[in-house]
Amino acid sequence: MSRKTRKIPLHEIAHARAGDKGNTSNVSVWAYDPGDYPLIKAQLTADRLKAAFPGLIKGRVDRYELDHLHGLNFVLADALEGGVNTSLGLDSHGKSWSFLVLGLEIEVPDNRA
Amino acid sequence: MLRLGCGSGFSSDRLGPAIDLAEKGRLDYLVFETIGERTMAFGHRDRKADPRRGYNPQLGQRMRGVLKACRRNGTRVVTNMGVANVAAAAELTVAIARELGLSGLKVAAVEGDDVTAMIGPETRLFDHHDKRVDEVGLAVVGANVYLGVDAILPALEAGADVVITGRVSDPSLFLAPIMHRCGWRRDDWERLGRGTLVGHLMECGMQITGGYYADPGRKDVPGLARCGYPIAEVEEGGEAVITKLADAGGMVSPRTVKEQLLYEVHDPRAYLTPDVTADFSKVNVGEAGANRVAVSGASGRAQPETLKVTVGFDGGFYAEAGVSYAGPNAVARARLAANILRERLGPDEIGSAPLRIDLVGVNALHATADLAIDDPDTSMPADVRIRAAMRSADRAACEMLLWETESLLCCGPAGGGGYRGQITPSVVTHSALIPRGAVKPSVRMLVA
Repeated sequence: MSRKTRKIPLHEIAHARAGDKGNTSNVSVWAYDPGDYPLIKAQLTADRLKAAFPGLIKGRVDRYELDHLHGLNFVLADALEGGVNTSLGLDSHGKSWSFLVLGLEIEVPDNRA
Repeated sequence: MLRLGCGSGFSSDRLGPAIDLAEKGRLDYLVFETIGERTMAFGHRDRKADPRRGYNPQLGQRMRGVLKACRRNGTRVVTNMGVANVAAAAELTVAIARELGLSGLKVAAVEGDDVTAMIGPETRLFDHHDKRVDEVGLAVVGANVYLGVDAILPALEAGADVVITGRVSDPSLFLAPIMHRCGWRRDDWERLGRGTLVGHLMECGMQITGGYYADPGRKDVPGLARCGYPIAEVEEGGEAVITKLADAGGMVSPRTVKEQLLYEVHDPRAYLTPDVTADFSKVNVGEAGANRVAVSGASGRAQPETLKVTVGFDGGFYAEAGVSYAGPNAVARARLAANILRERLGPDEIGSAPLRIDLVGVNALHATADLAIDDPDTSMPADVRIRAAMRSADRAACEMLLWETESLLCCGPAGGGGYRGQITPSVVTHSALIPRGAVKPSVRMLVA
């Protein structure tokens, strides 16, 4: 039996915070509801992030899991145009990275409340 | 139990709520954390322009704001507001203490983070594809090692009322007072891991009391405009409760604490500081009352054998200029303006410096400039601004960027207005490692 699904923005089920060290950004992603954490963990892989922002993330993406707190930590190497003192971008810290990630879509069961 | 407050989480953080903490927080220690990679570079830039400067520009206002209350309440101040000029910062603090009639106030200047002399052309930059310093092609303006508790503890032991440092690891500003008060051994890695967690959670100020958090409709924060700075209540064993003044705005919740737990953290099992390899992977975060969150479960392993150094290079000048367009076809006119700048600012005008042009309101934030520029969904904002930026050692090239952008008012697309442009000195930074043993911190006590 195939289960119907629909796509929702990650922003509906998770919150996130971005930080920077040199040219590396990290984005932690936290499920509001622990029940959504397995879905997020299964779909929001390091490879998915790397593939979603090909022009922005020049290096590798690593993911660390804090299952007991229902959070994931993504470390995006070479993702800040050289870092806060080198980038020519407006947001040279990459503070806005958290909401770029929250714009990704997650597939949830159609009958999810 | 020990009460620590954080009165700033970055260079330009608010002053008023820090005064509230000094007056009403019943604090043992008030910490001001003010250095980032960006503001360390600014410190070098300022000191280069004027050898009497280079410390935190708000140091005077902060000290005038809190020193009296701190003395009255028995609160000691620990801060890295010395940035690139600890001596000048300590002297100014002593002068302010005298002005305020705080005779006998002991101010410790903690130095030794300036390791410029240890950085040579062959020093490797681990954050820059392991390139050598001389391959960067820019002059070194200064290099600062991240000192740790070993630099701060002697100042506390000598009875300093105010401890002023330059570059130290941010959590160390909190860990040192905790160790000093609780008598933890320097190799009690587990407790040092717990104290480092407290420092890490506190070091960004309001980022744990509702700042950098609010998302209307999803994460609402009460009274964000009058947000309070955090307070940590730390037990002898290192367990802690994070809270705030009851009448301050903002909030402390498991969610605000969790977001801060991994802020600027890579591997949660190995958060490296000069003091310890802290492990945050098993941290528990639990509600312990209104605006009270208990944290426990951090641990640690032996400290790293090398220390991180931020090397600042003279980046010449940073130029930024922009013009805005509004109403129908605004994006097309802004794109035309961008193309005009690209056509007119070639190698003859600005040399080989990369020119960055964003459309603010369409696609400007964080390098998205080249991604969505043709996206029809984003073609109808109410207004849009082109923003051009470049970095060059040649000030005349930077001035040409400003001139050409301003010229767009008369010579560019229809309806362009709101030109602004500025040129500021620039310091570019990279990171290196040096052996721990090569670093010799020192303490000098000044008395008001």
